[in-house]
Amino acid sequence: MITVRDVTKHFGTFAALDGISLEVPDGSLTALLGPSGSGKSTLLRVIAGLEGPDSGSVEINGQDATGVPPQRRGIGFVFQHYAAFKHMTVRDNVAFGLTVRKLPKGQVKGKVDELLGIVGLSGYQDRYPNQLSGGQRQRMALARALAVEPRVLLLDEPFGALDAKVRTELREWLRVLHERVPVTTILVTHDQEEAMSVADRIVVMNEGHIEQVGHPRELYDAPANQFVMGFLGPVSRLGERFVRPHDISVDSVPVDGGVQALVTRVVHLGFEVRAELRIDGEESVSVQLTRDDAHRLDLAPGEIVWLRPPRDERVLDVA
Amino acid sequence: MIVERRWRIGLRVVALGWFLLLLLAPVGLVFYRTFEHGVGAVIDSITTPAAVSAFWLTIEVTAIAVPLNAIVGVLMALALARGRFRGKALLNGLLDLPFAISPVVIGLSLVLLYGRTGWFGPWLADHGIQIIFSVPGIVLATIFVSLPFVAREVTPVLREIGDEQEQAAATLGAGGWTTFRRITFPAIRWGLAYGIVLSVARAIGEFGAVSVVSGRVAGETMTLTLLVQQRFENFDLAGAYAASTLLAVIALLTLLVMTRINPRREEHDS
Repeated sequence: MITVRDVTKHFGTFAALDGISLEVPDGSLTALLGPSGSGKSTLLRVIAGLEGPDSGSVEINGQDATGVPPQRRGIGFVFQHYAAFKHMTVRDNVAFGLTVRKLPKGQVKGKVDELLGIVGLSGYQDRYPNQLSGGQRQRMALARALAVEPRVLLLDEPFGALDAKVRTELREWLRVLHERVPVTTILVTHDQEEAMSVADRIVVMNEGHIEQVGHPRELYDAPANQFVMGFLGPVSRLGERFVRPHDISVDSVPVDGGVQALVTRVVHLGFEVRAELRIDGEESVSVQLTRDDAHRLDLAPGEIVWLRPPRDERVLDVA
Repeated sequence: MIVERRWRIGLRVVALGWFLLLLLAPVGLVFYRTFEHGVGAVIDSITTPAAVSAFWLTIEVTAIAVPLNAIVGVLMALALARGRFRGKALLNGLLDLPFAISPVVIGLSLVLLYGRTGWFGPWLADHGIQIIFSVPGIVLATIFVSLPFVAREVTPVLREIGDEQEQAAATLGAGGWTTFRRITFPAIRWGLAYGIVLSVARAIGEFGAVSVVSGRVAGETMTLTLLVQQRFENFDLAGAYAASTLLAVIALLTLLVMTRINPRREEHDS
């Protein structure tokens, strides 16, 4: 368990962290999600001990770690740009933390081989980092961080420098790895899809403070405020309420509580269809439907339809 | 830049001619004059007790000044590239002082500080320490003039590699010294080697600052460059040429080391 209490951190006059308190339960995979400048990376670096907070405290497994240097925090850290030791082979990179701890050679070799097997880099022992692809380098960096058996694994935008396809693969792979090696993990990302697909808890951050903490579905379905709602997915405004575009029901005949709207544009995106509509000739609303629904309604520009918001908590009143 | 063919050739001729006229011709002439009267005369001239003593003094001064400058230079480079402190810009500017100030002025400032009537002069005299007109003065002057090379070569390398590898090493449990030895040093070694070669070349060739603080005691405080000057002033031209050639050969050897380092450095950077 990691406990962060009232942590503030300034860079000059800029408040990167403005009184952050957070608990990360053991064995969880928590994502710190927010736009750039929201303080998520700074928070991760404070937990790692790579930055010292101006005030507040960090506890790891019940012990105060605020003044403890990164060497003695029992953490593993993975950087966005890999931070591979360029002049060392893959084997020496992964073995680094073990040789620093002066483990016997045989033990080091066994451990390195085992980890390279886990991250799928067996046979790459004698390569240098510049002979690996980006995805391979990051898997090597993960093996290197896991080699010292950290109590906490900290990942700073680990897939941010990779192309979209590799990124998706590594997300899946990380999720599986976490089930196999269930070490408490904190992942920093600005990509809501990445956070939703990998993490079991999401901490949404904005301008140095936490907006909301919860399970991915909880945040998506019951956002605490407009920022969280907008950051986690598309938002449409219907009257005095914010709703998800796919939660709006569309009918071709007048319905109870429905608002009349004019279809102005229809875009077909494979399985989904996006439509732009106008209410009272001015207010613009976008709606997401399945292909079948759109076909059934015969949705086309110039048609008149009736829009209805969902009845449950999936709406947010305009403040 | 797109240049017409004849212009391109013309520019090359000018650049090459300039190089030949100003660099190769004088050095070549020294070599020619040195061996004009045969190799035997040259060997006699550079094996006189004064010449041998001057050669070893130059080597000795270089051997003290360059390692010290290498260590201080790496520390300064680390401070400039990694440190967060007030006055960093000032330090950065001051580092070029030895390049900016004339070596003669550097020599004079050392005399003002350590000479008999200088600030520390009386105290040093009371304790029987002589710096000016003695080897320590020559070493100090040499350290001063060759100080910036290592720091100037290593700082940009440190900036370019960034500090993420060092942070990664820290999170893996490595302390400061281990991180330097296993991560930072291997990354800067070619830059460091290049800085050391430049320092050596400068230390061996330094004349101005050394000539002020040396006192030119034959067999004691006479370096090779000073020997060249002395022989020249005493109309011993053949002797001056021979000593010059010896200096030039040492310089060429350092240059040779440099040309071997540079390709490796570029290869390492890629």
